Amino acid sequence: MSILAWTYLIVGITFALYIGIAIWSRAGSTKEFYVAGGGVSPLANGMATAADWMSAASFISMAGLISFMGYDGSVYLMGWTGGYVLLALLLAPYLRKFGKFTVPDFVGDRYYSRTARLVAVICAIFVSFTYVAGQMRGVGIVFSRFLEVQIETGVIIGMIIVLFYAVLGGMKGITYTQVAQYCVLIFAYMVPAIFISLMLTGNPIPQLGLGGNVEDGTPLLQKLDGMLTELGFAPYTDGTKSTIDVFFITAALMVGTAGLPHVIVRFFTVPKVKDARKSAGYALVFIAILYTTAPAIGAFGRYNMLNNISNRSTAEMPQWVQNWQKTNLISIDDKNGDGRIQYVKNPDANELTIDKDIMVLANPEIANLPNWVIALVAAGGLAAALSTAAGLLLVISTSISHDLLKRSFMPDISEKHELIAARVAATAAVVVAGYFGINPPGFVAEVVAFAFGLAAASFFPVIIMGIFSKRMNKQGAIWGMVIGLVFTLAYILYFKFINPEANLPENWWFGISPEGIGTLGMILNFIVSFAISRFTPPPPPYIQDLVEDIRIPRGAGAATVNH
Amino acid sequence: MENNRQKMHEYWRRNLRILLTLLGLWFAVSYLFGILLVDELNQFMLGGFKLGFWFAQQGSIYFFVLIIFIYVWLMNKLDREFDVDEE
Repeated sequence: MSILAWTYLIVGITFALYIGIAIWSRAGSTKEFYVAGGGVSPLANGMATAADWMSAASFISMAGLISFMGYDGSVYLMGWTGGYVLLALLLAPYLRKFGKFTVPDFVGDRYYSRTARLVAVICAIFVSFTYVAGQMRGVGIVFSRFLEVQIETGVIIGMIIVLFYAVLGGMKGITYTQVAQYCVLIFAYMVPAIFISLMLTGNPIPQLGLGGNVEDGTPLLQKLDGMLTELGFAPYTDGTKSTIDVFFITAALMVGTAGLPHVIVRFFTVPKVKDARKSAGYALVFIAILYTTAPAIGAFGRYNMLNNISNRSTAEMPQWVQNWQKTNLISIDDKNGDGRIQYVKNPDANELTIDKDIMVLANPEIANLPNWVIALVAAGGLAAALSTAAGLLLVISTSISHDLLKRSFMPDISEKHELIAARVAATAAVVVAGYFGINPPGFVAEVVAFAFGLAAASFFPVIIMGIFSKRMNKQGAIWGMVIGLVFTLAYILYFKFINPEANLPENWWFGISPEGIGTLGMILNFIVSFAISRFTPPPPPYIQDLVEDIRIPRGAGAATVNH
Repeated sequence: MENNRQKMHEYWRRNLRILLTLLGLWFAVSYLFGILLVDELNQFMLGGFKLGFWFAQQGSIYFFVLIIFIYVWLMNKLDREFDVDEE
């Protein structure tokens, strides 16, 4: 059977599965729509969180990024997993005890202020939209490459699928669909990785294969360091970023992860406080399976490339290189006309250009795996992109129907109408996201990474202080969020859009790149909140009681604020 | 009532101690071993890995998982000790 036939078959089966689950688990109440009724088991929630969290970028691009960044790629590995420690220890149990539907809900109630709620709603919508636009584009690209349709058609198919289970099922539908999507994506990721690890190092476990030896008995990483140094690149295990920048980027990604509303909201869906703690652990286990495999795929890919392509004659190219040349993801230009391919650091002499996304997408072909595995990778990429898009769309629709309508402007709205509003908002959000997927504004790709910086500089500090400082009041929280957000946004806008030529290490403050500036924004947020809260009245006694209450696990689900 | 309040303060104090210890471990395996001391640790080998590189790309993640499960275990114990656990 051809690759295309297999792809239609496997993608078709997985989509039928997702839709079936959505119909089976459709939401009947706002509680089911927003937090899946609060009755999801920690194991299922962990799996759903992992699928929600791992986007098209994690599935397709991350291994490739690491492949070309070497040690510097560690910022993604540590950054996007370490945040779960913060979530489990500092946020999840307390937010679960608090027992509301959304992050702005917590901010609005804890800081007894409609302004604080609105600032949080704006942050949530902004962060989620920048993120979801990139996902829809990812869906379109995967579709167009594997199903051989136009990117636009791909985006529209993706929109219809997401629309179906996000609008019908809400959080309940999404949660169980994501459990299925996790299984599809992790299987699709691991099968080729295991085969490549076996081929290169003889070890079926990629995590161990990364530290294994290649044919001639030297460790793979040492061999890779040597080959790269010879060609003028930095050694694979050293990297080129400054220590302070690596430190700040890692911190911004960790704290951003812990501050992303679509991740936080997942901890409202489990029955008890101890389930919230445990499900953060399960989520990280499921994420770690992919995140510890990615550096192995990255190193294997770079090694394969140097070994099979670099300094070989054009006639000797393996079949997969020729296949991918057709998609322009690999391009070869024999500049000096010697019939061989020189891959070197110097851009004038370099003859090989490789798109980083190829490291995962071409894996099955590199390992000579059957066609159905290639189709499986397509289904995995779609599962990753669709699950994240659905989670984000739900945050947007909930922010509108619950935080804006029910809690701010139309407090008398009935449950039935709120549910209708949530579904209308979800539909509108899908349409807007789809529009951005089809007509991506030039800045989307640039902004996605910064969603983390913004989440780090706005949400994380207000939530932490809301739990750990009884003295923190609304003035401190509002000003902290505003200043953290404005500072981070201004720094990023300046270096990325207003004056991109100046985006060089010597112009950065303290040598911190725009990717890492969210950490400084977060520190600023903490300082400002702390200072302002000392010069303004303390929060009213009932809020101080509320804070004491969320610190005690017993009676989760009962915690409410009485205005 | 006052007695209960004091008990809850003690519970919170113990909770914070667990948090700080585990966050210290979290900082050590990532920021300290994976970033700040990476060059020093890279002089040692762990199988085919330089040690600092291993912490940055593999080890820190295993430790993160471990930290969360240690936290779950310690907190469940603490909850039972102070009788605030959920049936």
